[in-house]
Amino acid sequence: MSIDAKSEGRRRLSRREFLELGAAGTSLLLLAGCGGEQGGGSGTLNALFMKQAAYSETDVKNMTEQFQKQNPGIKVNLTFVAYEALHDKIVAAAPAGTYDTILVDVIWPAEFASKKMIVDITDRFPESERSKIFAGGLKTTEYDSRYYGVPWILDTKYFFYNKKMLGEAGVNPPDTWDAAVEAARTLKSKGVVEYPLMWSWTQAEALICDYATLLGAYGGQFFDGSGKPAFNTGGGLQALEFMRMTLDEKLSNPASMESIEDEVRRIISQGEAAMALNWTYMFALANDPNESQVAGQIDIAHTPKGPAGAPGVNGSMGMAIANGSQNQDAAWKYIQFMTSQKIQNQYAKLSLPIWKSSYNQEQVVQALPEVVPVAKEQLNDMILRPVVTQYNSVSHTLQVQIQQALTGDKSPKQALDDAAKAVAETQQS
Amino acid sequence: MSQGRAEKLKKLPRAILPRGAFRQGPTALILLLPSLVVVFGIILYPLLRTLYTSLFDVNSVFPGNYPFVGLGNYLEALERTAFWAAILRTAYFTLSTTLLEVVLGILLGLLLNVEFRGRWLLRSIVILPWALPTVVNGAMWRWILNPEYGALNALLTQLHIIPEYRSWLGTPWMALNMVVVADVWKMTPLAAFFILAALQTIPRDLYEAAWVDGAGRLRSFFSITLPLLTPTIVIILVLRTMEAFKVFDIIYVMTRGGPADGTQTIAYYTYVEAFSNQLFGYGAALAYVIALFILFFAIIYMRLLRRGEVEY
Repeated sequence: MSIDAKSEGRRRLSRREFLELGAAGTSLLLLAGCGGEQGGGSGTLNALFMKQAAYSETDVKNMTEQFQKQNPGIKVNLTFVAYEALHDKIVAAAPAGTYDTILVDVIWPAEFASKKMIVDITDRFPESERSKIFAGGLKTTEYDSRYYGVPWILDTKYFFYNKKMLGEAGVNPPDTWDAAVEAARTLKSKGVVEYPLMWSWTQAEALICDYATLLGAYGGQFFDGSGKPAFNTGGGLQALEFMRMTLDEKLSNPASMESIEDEVRRIISQGEAAMALNWTYMFALANDPNESQVAGQIDIAHTPKGPAGAPGVNGSMGMAIANGSQNQDAAWKYIQFMTSQKIQNQYAKLSLPIWKSSYNQEQVVQALPEVVPVAKEQLNDMILRPVVTQYNSVSHTLQVQIQQALTGDKSPKQALDDAAKAVAETQQS
Repeated sequence: MSQGRAEKLKKLPRAILPRGAFRQGPTALILLLPSLVVVFGIILYPLLRTLYTSLFDVNSVFPGNYPFVGLGNYLEALERTAFWAAILRTAYFTLSTTLLEVVLGILLGLLLNVEFRGRWLLRSIVILPWALPTVVNGAMWRWILNPEYGALNALLTQLHIIPEYRSWLGTPWMALNMVVVADVWKMTPLAAFFILAALQTIPRDLYEAAWVDGAGRLRSFFSITLPLLTPTIVIILVLRTMEAFKVFDIIYVMTRGGPADGTQTIAYYTYVEAFSNQLFGYGAALAYVIALFILFFAIIYMRLLRRGEVEY
């Protein structure tokens, strides 16, 4: 039974009563919670970023220094947390209004916007600007036809392979998932590498990113037209069966089950896997002799095709103004600067710009000559994870059930049916 | 409190305290105020506030109008399989870590009590794991257990105990046991030092008398050492049970509750529901359930402490 079913005859809790209990603590919360102020366009800003993938901490610091030089009245304090801790940090800091700008993943705007944690900036962000940005990136900060931030990191999981290893095994770079499995079998049987495939299948969002890529390739859907779970049929099921098969045949590294993207990068960089999905940032790092033992051997490609296509998962992130910010004008200036084409072109090496025209500009093409041609196509071919307000709960349910199928506790069909049932129950309550 | 007893109490201070003591009341109150503020502010207020929150369907961090659901959140918990699975896992974690820590703690305590060269060195080394922050400990074990370049795999394959590198945190049951190992490694020294302290209070003559009576080492251990250690062991048991029951940080660092929720303890489950899913009412109810369990152990602990005096 759901909470709602029992809710008849509930008493509403008025704001007054709410305040009466422990005036001091609550009023502090309230001060911050009641929303922010525009501010005078100067002062101190607190900005929250993440530690891994895309722009490095050094990049963000350098960009911010440039911003401060241009805007002497504004000082920006930076905080970096692991992606896995980012959502909960944003939630926990919201009532206190700790941060002025926050980094928002593509899967969160529904939740954050519906709970009024981030500011609607549609009026500051005109159509003339938006039309210059990749459509997939804009989705990152859109909810209910309004905009709650500006895309900043435009990213998807590309297909990476070690061309030297493939060469040793005498196989061509695969352009379909079937060919990738064949290549993996050959690599394994010829003893080139014990586990040719590496994934980020730990219990985390990273697992859903890989699953979404495969679900898209096999023509699956997370939800059907009426909003009911549909991942347990058709392409959604085939995707999980594919994942399980690569583990059963020992083509996928069992360490995948406890790895996030950065561990995938490490394994690839140590030459212990030949093929993997990962974000743009791996290309530069896996080919950097200081970071990698296989520098120069890693190539990037469009994700392999399945029966229904070859989408990449939309893993973009945007910068948003927290609702509690007392300095929203300055925060907006900072966001405009950080997402500007000039700055993004300058730091394109680890994260490509959101601006369409950048991909034809010398500065960007030169930064990543091998990646830009691939990116131009893949960024127009992306699959979104479901846009639902209880996304975290849906994602968590899927992570657990997919892992149960991958560890062999359940059949893929059973696991996804169980997930669909649990998700449907969450939706009702 | 009965009327008579209350009156007795009223009279009591006058008899004990010097004249004029009562006029110091206001001063005493002022002096106590800071600590009262602290106690109310950081203990009582959050406790009451959490209780209050647990009765409402709060689904956002901001104050606002939330529907009153009474005990709905508590009933919801009892109906969910995820809740019971988390309780079972927590019970397993609590039992296994506590038992292992006590048994290993006794052995280690006995060793540290024996006189040998370099004992001071061993005593200082042994305390190190306990001095390590839990987060560091969790991160360290993650490295040790890494399937590709972890020290454990290297050790076990080189000793030919396992044929090839394997994954330690990749399956739910194994992962849970590995978290147990990491916790036992860190907390055993604490148990050992409790035991060591108790051992040093046992008079030597008892052992000498036993020896004269013809008792061997084993007999001495079971007839003298163990009975005299019992109060200490019980305290370790209760303390560690309370600690283990609310385990969170080591799980957060090592596995984040995975794989397949296999290491999701009740405290971690509460955290996920409250902060990741923003179900603060439900999370508050779960927190209260944990608090009730801990309270239960705490009562046992207080009672044991009261009659835990050993006389020789």
